Amino acid sequence: MNPRRKKRLAIVGSILIGIGIVSGLVLYALSQNIDLFFTPSEITQGKKETGLKPSLGQRIRIGGLVVPGSVKRDPENLKVSFRLSDMAMPIVFKDSDPMVTVYYEGILPDLFREGQGIVANGTLTEHPPTGLSIEASEVLAKHDENYIPAELAEAAGKKHDKATYSEKQLQSQKN
Amino acid sequence: MWKWLHPYANPEVSYHFTNKLLPWLSALAAIFLSIGLVWALLFAPADYQQGHSFRIFYIHVPAASLSMGIYFAMAVAAFSSLVWQLKLADASAAAMAPVGASFTAIALITGAAWGKPMWGTWWIWDARLTSELILLFLYLGVIALHNAFEDKNLAGKAAGILTLVGVINIPIIKYSVDWWNTLHQGSTVSKLGKPSMSLDMLWPFIFCFIGFSLLVGVIICLRFRNEILARNSIRPWVRELVKNN
Repeated sequence: MNPRRKKRLAIVGSILIGIGIVSGLVLYALSQNIDLFFTPSEITQGKKETGLKPSLGQRIRIGGLVVPGSVKRDPENLKVSFRLSDMAMPIVFKDSDPMVTVYYEGILPDLFREGQGIVANGTLTEHPPTGLSIEASEVLAKHDENYIPAELAEAAGKKHDKATYSEKQLQSQKN
Repeated sequence: MWKWLHPYANPEVSYHFTNKLLPWLSALAAIFLSIGLVWALLFAPADYQQGHSFRIFYIHVPAASLSMGIYFAMAVAAFSSLVWQLKLADASAAAMAPVGASFTAIALITGAAWGKPMWGTWWIWDARLTSELILLFLYLGVIALHNAFEDKNLAGKAAGILTLVGVINIPIIKYSVDWWNTLHQGSTVSKLGKPSMSLDMLWPFIFCFIGFSLLVGVIICLRFRNEILARNSIRPWVRELVKNN
């Protein structure tokens, strides 16, 4: 390689390395803020590295798995409450896991079910019976990266039924 | 070691090489895409929770990974153009940018159309979606710079620098779902070990992916050919070519 090319290679190479280092540092500094949501354990115990904890009344997003058996729907209207626990593999739910209750009024996404990943957007509050909870204004479904043919899933006992609503419940939304 | 590449630095040789490549690429692309898309959209089994909406996967994932792949190829071209001042490398980068931008747009649009029924929202500012949007802006910037100067060498240099600065975004897009918590799910196909899909869902994907990659090859070859002609319009061999047609 002739000296001019060598020089250009050095310049371009150092630009690339410099940008790599700079963006690495920026992303490291911002890493806590790039997360889309808090997990239930981060809400109750604070973030792992910084101990940063959301305060009551703060508007936050929470993401977690719907704890089986915790979904309570009001038969009269669209009010629903459920508990979320951390998304961790393998999926096991223990009573000792940190959990946060989510209260929501509205139509749930089609993918909502027990054990499903959910991201909810709302205000952090303290409800006397359930402890820390979120008054959600938006509930989104977070599905995982596993796709399974319907027949195979059924054979394995995995079935997905989306939530159904009675006329009465839907009526309550319009009023 | 790179001796066999040397003749292709000549625009005329490259032009005729692309000409020879094109019919093969087009035929293969047509075969793979028609098999892959028909298989994926009509015959592949529906997902247990997403039903038929899942089929958007077969277009969304190839488009998204190609949007990153094309950018990486463009960065390699920009690098060699900056260091070795290969004029053809500039021409190829200019040929790739609009194709990459289109595939990024396809990935974003199909993603939004998939997100609405499944997640419940068209858009969310999570790390994956935001970094992919930044990729679109990078492509638009590169296209704009290629067209901003009368002097093609200067344009190539400016666009090349932007391309190299932006290449840092590619690993960020790729690993955003692992580094941060996002609404977007993790990767299905490129997981080490076994992909999180059954084989009768994976095979149509492989066909679609190869088909779309070949399609990208065809479009880039067509654009590269035009780029060579436009940049060498005063050369005798181009005049000869035009006269003979």
